[in-house]
Amino acid sequence: MDINATLFGQMIAFALFVWFTMKFVWPPISEAMRDRQQKIADGLAAAERGQQDLDLAQERASEILREARQQAAEIMEKANKRGNELVEEAKTAAREEGERQIAAAQAKIEQELNEAKAELREQLVTLAITGATKVLEREISAEAHNDMLNELAKQL
Amino acid sequence: MATNTESVSATDYILHHLTHLQVGEGFWTFHIDTLAVSFILGAIFCGVFYMGARRATAGVPGGLQNFVESMVDFVSNLTKETYGGKSKLIAPLALTLFVWIFLMNLMDLVPIDLAPNTMAAMGVGYFKILPTVNLNTTFALSISILLLTFAFGVMNQGGGHYVKHMFTHPFGPWLAPFNFVLFIVESFARTISLSLRLFGNMYAAELIFILIAIFTLGHAISDIASLSVIPMFLTQIVLAFAWAVFHILVIPLQAFIFMMLSIVYLSMTLPEEDH
Repeated sequence: MDINATLFGQMIAFALFVWFTMKFVWPPISEAMRDRQQKIADGLAAAERGQQDLDLAQERASEILREARQQAAEIMEKANKRGNELVEEAKTAAREEGERQIAAAQAKIEQELNEAKAELREQLVTLAITGATKVLEREISAEAHNDMLNELAKQL
Repeated sequence: MATNTESVSATDYILHHLTHLQVGEGFWTFHIDTLAVSFILGAIFCGVFYMGARRATAGVPGGLQNFVESMVDFVSNLTKETYGGKSKLIAPLALTLFVWIFLMNLMDLVPIDLAPNTMAAMGVGYFKILPTVNLNTTFALSISILLLTFAFGVMNQGGGHYVKHMFTHPFGPWLAPFNFVLFIVESFARTISLSLRLFGNMYAAELIFILIAIFTLGHAISDIASLSVIPMFLTQIVLAFAWAVFHILVIPLQAFIFMMLSIVYLSMTLPEEDH
């Protein structure tokens, strides 16, 4: 139980082990741990950045989608409008054409009517002249009375 | 259990277990067993930790690196919390203290007769395998800590301020001699308590293991055939087992206490905040 030179031996051994630990054990381990901490921190930061990018991209994608939908809706609306316009134009054209045809037909009818009337008038004039000739029993100069007779025919 | 078939008295048995293998005379005696075992254990500690540290990567750590890292992390956190200042020495010092003392204490769990009898078979008379049941070991550690507190005091506060602090605290400059005496007593008390706490705990435990072993003193393992010896064998096995289980708690605890107090003593050398 006595204190002796073993004390010095143990102190030297202790100093040796502490020195060894300080020199060769502690630095690489703590450095590795620090590096790993840094790595983990970097990894977490990168993950967060990735998440942010993803969120941003999703936002953009949905925005583009929304725009596209809007554009599509606009285009459809325009197309519908244009279609309606075309239909209206066609209708208008058809109506005009019909009216025009009706008008032409009416004009033709009227013309034919007038022609018929004129013919009738002429025939009436001839008939009247013939009748008058027969009634008066005398020859009437066609030249002398033509003006008068034409006047008469117009009044009919 | 004692395997000496010839009758040995209990006193002789105990004394034999408490005697060191030594060379030299008087003060210049060397306890070869203590020196050898503690050096081998320290070398094992250094070797294992060096192997773990040498291939340390910041990537995924292997098993050994994991172990070394967890120890380093544990000690590093403790020192950071306890020692406020910055020092490259204190954390490795604490790690060395803890692991080395733990390994030395662990030798207490080596079966009590294994080391002496093995060495006896090799022609060596005495061999005490537990280095911490040797005042030289515990005092070597505590005196080293004491010297380090002086060194830390000078480094942390500056030599002049440290000496001044010695004489003026805690009772002011008018009681300078008394303050100094108090400082001396405090240093001694710390050193002695630090070393005797470890020594006492391990010594008591070792002695109890020896006392438990006395149950079957004078019986060989072959005597188990005779019925009268069986209860004694069983008693010894049960007691030794129970004590060993309890001792598993004491071994790391004592190592931890030694390390913790050393850090605390060193942290007390930091300059106090000016009020």
